[in-house]
Amino acid sequence: MDKRTTAAAVVSELRDGMTLGIGGWGSRRKPMALVREILRSPVRDLTVVSYGGPDVGLLCAAGKVRKLVYGFVSLDSIPLEPHFRKAREAGAFEAAELDEGMLQWGLYAAALRLPFLPTRAGLGSSVMDVNPALRTVRSPYADGEELVAMPALPLDVAIVHMNRADARGNGQFLGPDPYFDDLYCMAAKRRFLSCEQIVDTREFAKFGSVHTLKINRTMVDGVVETPNGAHFTECPPDYGRDEAFQREYAATAKSADAWAEFRARFLDVESEAAYQEAVRAWRGTK
Amino acid sequence: MADAFRGDGEILVSCFGTVPAIGARLARLTFAPDLLLTDGIAHLLADVQPVSGKPSGDPVIEGWLPFRAVFDLLWSGRRHVVMMASQIDRFGNHNFACIGPHARPKAQLLGMRGAPGNTVSHPTSYWVPAHTAKVFVEQVDVVSGVGYDRAAKLGAGARFHEIRRVVSNLGVFDFATDDRTMRLASLHPGVTLDDVRAATSFPLATDADVATTREPTAEELRLIRDVLDPERLRDREVPS
Repeated sequence: MDKRTTAAAVVSELRDGMTLGIGGWGSRRKPMALVREILRSPVRDLTVVSYGGPDVGLLCAAGKVRKLVYGFVSLDSIPLEPHFRKAREAGAFEAAELDEGMLQWGLYAAALRLPFLPTRAGLGSSVMDVNPALRTVRSPYADGEELVAMPALPLDVAIVHMNRADARGNGQFLGPDPYFDDLYCMAAKRRFLSCEQIVDTREFAKFGSVHTLKINRTMVDGVVETPNGAHFTECPPDYGRDEAFQREYAATAKSADAWAEFRARFLDVESEAAYQEAVRAWRGTK
Repeated sequence: MADAFRGDGEILVSCFGTVPAIGARLARLTFAPDLLLTDGIAHLLADVQPVSGKPSGDPVIEGWLPFRAVFDLLWSGRRHVVMMASQIDRFGNHNFACIGPHARPKAQLLGMRGAPGNTVSHPTSYWVPAHTAKVFVEQVDVVSGVGYDRAAKLGAGARFHEIRRVVSNLGVFDFATDDRTMRLASLHPGVTLDDVRAATSFPLATDADVATTREPTAEELRLIRDVLDPERLRDREVPS
């Protein structure tokens, strides 16, 4: 089956109030082209599940987030995502904050269609207070240990970004870390993969070992080719993080005017191609 | 700081902050050769890389540790983490998540990150480069890392909980007291007990005769200055 599609077609499946999972980690291999397409759409009131980076910051700044499920939101080289920080301090969304490992467990439980998975992570911390729906469970065995029952985090839609994919939805990561992208896909009803390049299935072996084929086609409904589509996050070995552009983006959290200007120049543009062109033009002025 | 890892054996050390990163590398180069160190990306490094200046050749990778494997490893307990603290109380409850109420923080900080899971899974130490009464507080606003009073209520769930030590620019602290409240273990050379008390919002347990933190040996100084941090990145954390 040929699953090639477009960013616009992917985002047309989103409805107000849906739960959206976003792959990657911090400012690393984020499906930014699809995030930018969401920013250009009217969709709102999203519940976003993410190991957060600028994906979360941008969606917060654009007022798209009703609830955020997360363990952190960071730009890596800038430890705290400034747009996320601003939205948090304004009380702009419901903050379902978890331990990082609990987030993985929730996605994994949803992927395996289990109601919850047990863990010690969270016990004794404020995570239990700020998420009053969290429950503990007692081991039915002789130890009788009480553990957090991390509930499944089922997603309506998952979006992830890969280095390579084929038209049928097999995905290949070529960087050092697969992150949790396979779990996002397995936890979601509709799963969309953007990639740097769509290649013939036979070509995967040329780019990396079999271990890099972490996403198989049972996990994917649509594939979008978006060259430089993780920009400005890193997507090694294809490209590193655009630190200069990230700094420019981060600085726009300081004033409404700066954000409006950034938005007009880079986000409220016609298409991903127009974004990439605007970034090229910006780089030419530096 | 390096002394925090004495006797840790063959476990992963994860450090946040420059001084802990130097400490772990120093321990690895001297008295704790079996420690595992990462490059902060997804690799275990067989050699010891400096925190500043030129890398010592191409790093030798001895293992693959993507984030998923980090969670597995830390839940298995073979790890000692050093985190920085925005607030810490007398029982070692730790906060770097946010200042003010969680629902509407005055200042959003790092968030929970892995602190809840770390602190109930394996030894944890804390590093505070600027010891003040705003950091050493009566009560933390949000608990990201679990302290001894909260751990005591968890029963078996806390059997892997251990706060090894708290190191600040003024002294070294532990919880070697009957009620597991913070104790001044040693004062850094030149620091007085009054200095520490003035910069701490809660009553601190102290021994009648407070020890002085040991000075680095000549060889340790050489490793810090010439090998591990030739560009003095540490001065940005604690001005000398």
